[in-house]
Amino acid sequence: MEFSFLDELPKIVWMLIGIAAFLGVIGLLLVVIDMPRTRRDRWQAFLFLAPALLLLVGGLIYPVLRTTYLSFHDRSGDAFVGLANYLWMFQRPEILLVLRNTLLWVLFAPVLSTAIGLVYAVLVDRSRFESVAKSLVFMPMAISFVGASIIWRFVFAYRPADQEQYGLFNQIVVWFGGEPRLWLLEQPLNTFLLIMVLIWVQAGFAMVVLSAAIKAIPAEIVEAARIDGAGAFQLFRSITLPSVWPTVLVVLITITVQTLKVFDIVRTMTGGNYGTSVIANEMYSQAFSQGQTGQGSALAVFLFVLVIPLVVLQIRRTRKARELS
Amino acid sequence: MNPTPTITDVRDAGPASRVRRRLSGSAASLAALVIAVLWTVPTAGLFISSFRPADEIRTTGWWMFFASPEVTLDNYRDVLFGSASDGRLASHFINSFVITLPATVFVLGLAALAAYALAWIDFRGRDWVFLGIFALQIVPLQMALVPLLRFFSQGVTVGGAQILPAWELTGAMAFTNVWVAHTIFGLPLGVFLLHNFISQLPRTLFEAARVDGAGHGRIFLRIVLPLITPALVSLGIFQFLWTWNDLLVALIFTGGDTATAPLTVRLAELAGTRGEAWHRLTAGAFVSMIVPLTVFFLLQRHFVRGLLAGSVKG
Amino acid sequence: MPRTDPRNRRPLALAAAAGSVVLLASGCGYLSGEGGGGGGGDASDVDCAPFEAWAEVEGTVSIYSSIRDEEAERMDRSWADFEACTGIDIQHEGSGEFEAQLPIRLEGGNAPDLALIPQPGLLQRVVDDGYAVPVADGVAANAEEGWGEDWLGYATFDGELYGTPYGANMKSMVWYSPAYFSENGYEVPQSWDEMTELSDTIAEDGTKPWCVGFESGDGTGWPGTDWIENALLRTAGTDVYNQWVSHEIPFDDPQVAEAFELAGGIVRNPDYVNGTFGDVESIAVTSFQEAGLPLLDGGCAMYLMGSFYSAQFEEGVTVAEDGDVYGFVLPPLEAGAEVPVMGGGEFAVPFADRPEVAAVHEYLSTPEYANSRASQGAWVSANQNMDPAVIEDPASQFAAEVLLSPDTVFHFDGSDAMPSSVGTNVFWNGMIDWVTGTSTEDVLETIESAWP
Repeated sequence: MEFSFLDELPKIVWMLIGIAAFLGVIGLLLVVIDMPRTRRDRWQAFLFLAPALLLLVGGLIYPVLRTTYLSFHDRSGDAFVGLANYLWMFQRPEILLVLRNTLLWVLFAPVLSTAIGLVYAVLVDRSRFESVAKSLVFMPMAISFVGASIIWRFVFAYRPADQEQYGLFNQIVVWFGGEPRLWLLEQPLNTFLLIMVLIWVQAGFAMVVLSAAIKAIPAEIVEAARIDGAGAFQLFRSITLPSVWPTVLVVLITITVQTLKVFDIVRTMTGGNYGTSVIANEMYSQAFSQGQTGQGSALAVFLFVLVIPLVVLQIRRTRKARELS
Repeated sequence: MNPTPTITDVRDAGPASRVRRRLSGSAASLAALVIAVLWTVPTAGLFISSFRPADEIRTTGWWMFFASPEVTLDNYRDVLFGSASDGRLASHFINSFVITLPATVFVLGLAALAAYALAWIDFRGRDWVFLGIFALQIVPLQMALVPLLRFFSQGVTVGGAQILPAWELTGAMAFTNVWVAHTIFGLPLGVFLLHNFISQLPRTLFEAARVDGAGHGRIFLRIVLPLITPALVSLGIFQFLWTWNDLLVALIFTGGDTATAPLTVRLAELAGTRGEAWHRLTAGAFVSMIVPLTVFFLLQRHFVRGLLAGSVKG
Repeated sequence: MPRTDPRNRRPLALAAAAGSVVLLASGCGYLSGEGGGGGGGDASDVDCAPFEAWAEVEGTVSIYSSIRDEEAERMDRSWADFEACTGIDIQHEGSGEFEAQLPIRLEGGNAPDLALIPQPGLLQRVVDDGYAVPVADGVAANAEEGWGEDWLGYATFDGELYGTPYGANMKSMVWYSPAYFSENGYEVPQSWDEMTELSDTIAEDGTKPWCVGFESGDGTGWPGTDWIENALLRTAGTDVYNQWVSHEIPFDDPQVAEAFELAGGIVRNPDYVNGTFGDVESIAVTSFQEAGLPLLDGGCAMYLMGSFYSAQFEEGVTVAEDGDVYGFVLPPLEAGAEVPVMGGGEFAVPFADRPEVAAVHEYLSTPEYANSRASQGAWVSANQNMDPAVIEDPASQFAAEVLLSPDTVFHFDGSDAMPSSVGTNVFWNGMIDWVTGTSTEDVLETIESAWP
């Protein structure tokens, strides 16, 4: 089984066919939309929306309803068990640990990513190396969580004290005269190390968005404050922060939603072992590896419920913005 | 990558503030430097390691590379074209492309259509539909896996009547499932971002076209699409990166073999089964990063613009 | 493209749509990977006599398993002749996430035709949930001839057979380096006490005697269960072991605690572990694949791991009684006492009853197939009619000898046979806690409380 490009060709052909067929269908749809008979706004709107809505109803809305239904049933999905799966969640110590970990993630990852992103954006703003400096911090956004996990596992790698370290973390510890440690094993430190990986990825996102917001602050305001003799820190506190605050909130909410759904990092860094599992990982392993469909579904619904307030918040903000515009 | 236009406005504000700026400036530069280094070093370490001989990676830290620079491409040759246990990533590399490109095009097309209707066609319940789509961003993908699989393998039956047939695709055609799955999961964000952009177009544009008798289909094609190209590009980049980097969807809808699995799946597997085989992991990780990093560095500015369309206003 | 005039674009779109339909119709076979390849391949230089019975059967059969990489390629070669002489194309897919993916596929209606399931617990689940179908008559007849009740019992539910054993492995095997042993004058221990003495001697000579590694991705912790099961078979015997697996005695029974202490005397002894990897805690993060490699350069002296571990050694390493590495059976408490053997294996379980699936399954359950697969190396079957002579690599030979010996009382891996919420979850996690400092009592109590 040598690698041969000929074996790969059908895939590429099929990809081209797929794209062509899609464009063809869209073209046809537009033709139909403009036919005289369909020229009523409601019909046209429906046709525009139909493909997307069809996919969303089948692919997302139906699954949410189904999962909710399953969360009140036993593992086979036949017998109604009331709230048993939810009670189970709050009774098992290992699941409580999972809930605690998720809480830690939500408490730390969004705030720290946003804070670091904001500080960095302010620091490099208008400096000579701004674009390079921003690229460096933004780069992790382009790396998959799997790639990021490999990068960081390499940083945390451990060798016993009598051997040379190749993990950066332990080497630094050794340089300062300490003993190398198994970082990914130490609870609850390991959860924070995983959180650090997410911060590493998300800070770039926060930085870019906030940087744009900072640039949108009218120059006159900054100028006026400066003439009044405001120092750098004062400037940040009384002008920059209030001006970008709405954006900070948006960034916080966006990263929080990402954080609640974090799966890949935990899966590839520790596999959810050593007390590092989070809800998104636990529901996968409960529902599939262990066949506890009801319990896995309950976890999923719980996660869903956790995110709802964030979305309501976001929606209200969007609505306000719409009314203003 | 140009410096922003407003630079010169603020810089000269009298000698006193210039001194203060410089003072806080050096502390600030130091802080910025520290963050930049912290953010770059892990990646750099892995990158350097990927060119070191396997024995050296395992025995000494990558920083020793500077003491005894020894460069090899063996790691890359092995993971790309070597035996199955080395990874043989070349096939998976092509799979990643075959999965990512259509998934991106589909999301762009469908999201643009939907966003247009939500922004510029008046119908009852328009706001609710928009908010509903927005809210779907939060559905954990895990919820949707089994229903979608069932749809592909059994079709859709309502009350005992088969309204859509099963969809048994093998070989290269099996990619269709992943495309559909990724399209579904990418739509909520896509509609949201494009809607923000489209709704900002001036109303007069549409009114003039309507007066000329153009239908919505024509307006969409002739007026809207050209105008939202920047937003399409940025959403495209976003969706491309997202799909390329995804693990969960690929895990479920492609299986693990060389025929359909993308790079991430294979890499996660190598990381799992070859715990300490760093020479394969380092090179493999970079093979998987090369495309997103290239896309990212080439199109960085468009990417940023797309993010902004969704987040900054308001 | 958006700038194209729609009047030009409309025919373009139609042409694209029409073109793709034409292409679809003509290129379907090419794209779907049908035709060519395995099925109905070139049979000219293959002796087709053994496959006479299935010569007329045609179709494609998908097999799903956790077997990947080199092992999977050996497997592909093992049935190549069968494919060449029949009209059947076998498509095997191996996944590292098999245990999670199989239930997803079954639930999603995307069942493979055959799956090779390593855990009787999971096998029971797919039968209970109504996904598996009973084996065909021909398969059942082969199974009767090939395997004893100790194996088939795990695949029999309500008197119906739902699967046949595929590969087998022996997990009471201690890997060691004969070269290193003879260099230092060490001898293979005959009793647990001798083994402890030997460990002390090696430790005094300045080497950590044992390598242990429990990390295995999603399955992290399972190598620990092998230690416990082997210990329990030695301290308490077969009956207690079986009662423990079927939960007739609680998981935290004092006899089980005793077995934990026996295993812990090695695994949790900082003087004994963990060769070149660190202290006791490092067991939790050392992958089982890596853990035995220090044997080769004197980093440690012994490693308890299944017979399949021979696949981990690179080419150039001699696996032989007088070579670089080899194995001995974990000794009983008293020298000369009966040696209990523990192990595992996959079961080939059908999810479809099409004739070609039955044909493949029938072939897989023959001693001829066992010989074909075993001759590819690093594989053993517990099929009593397999010819041990075809096995070339000494480690598999050794495992086959032990497994096929009439004196051997074979015990299936207990954790694999427990309900999966215990056997593939809490028990595994418990083993991690156990080597990272949690007391035996706490670990036992946690696992017991999770039994469904």
